[in-house]
Amino acid sequence: MDLSPRTYRITRADLVRYAGASGDFNPIHWSDRFATKVGLPGVIAHGMFTMALVGRAVTEWAGSPDAVVEYGVRFTRPVVVPDDDEGTEIEVTAVVRDTGEPGLTRLDLTATCHGEKVLAQARAVIRTPA
Amino acid sequence: MSLDPSFVGRTYPPTAPYQVGREKIREFATAIGAEEPAYHDPEAARALGHADVLAPPTFPMTITMSASRQIIEDPELDIDYSRVVHGDQRFLYTRPVVAGDELVCVNTVEDIVARGGHGFLTTRTEVSTTAGEPVVTVWSKLVVRGEG
Repeated sequence: MDLSPRTYRITRADLVRYAGASGDFNPIHWSDRFATKVGLPGVIAHGMFTMALVGRAVTEWAGSPDAVVEYGVRFTRPVVVPDDDEGTEIEVTAVVRDTGEPGLTRLDLTATCHGEKVLAQARAVIRTPA
Repeated sequence: MSLDPSFVGRTYPPTAPYQVGREKIREFATAIGAEEPAYHDPEAARALGHADVLAPPTFPMTITMSASRQIIEDPELDIDYSRVVHGDQRFLYTRPVVAGDELVCVNTVEDIVARGGHGFLTTRTEVSTTAGEPVVTVWSKLVVRGEG
């Protein structure tokens, strides 16, 4: 079973807010000068911010904020966030898999930005929604 | 960048307790746009059986990232942090982190692999309360990019 896709917009303001809330002040997430100096195309979103947005999709699909038992991702491609009002967007989709364990459901997740996968092997195990 | 494989299996002393604040959880939930009431309203969290507001699933990283400096900044391991990128991240929850928790992290070097000129370091952090109740296990794989 597929779940309905969700889209999240990411702007530079979101990155600043996430940096403050998470304590991750790496300048690749706010300084174009620094990001390009280390070989990135520009300021990129924190991988953990992308993972958090996908996590939002997971708890919303689960219908419960405390349903997540396990959650893992591999970061494959940076999410570049331009310095304008539009920012960028990630799209999150999920396929439901049987875990074989009663009461648990696995979600195989896909997150893309401009059609390219930004996470791989992204999976969450949730308590099966009632 | 070659990482010394003899560090695999090394466990570090427990970190100083981290006091999880209700406002910190609210700030984090707001920053990621998570609006479920149980992340913001203690009554909503209690209705789900938790003592206070609970944290979104990736919140523990705000605690473990700082705790893992023990490994990253271990002079014997000698990691050039400017060459580090985040490879994988995984959480295995016993229960969500809840406001009021006092959490201690125990870091272990779980794996070190060299491949294609890069170093891959997997750390495991056991997060538990000061009373010894397990809360969440957190794995991070860091990639130390090779020169050139």
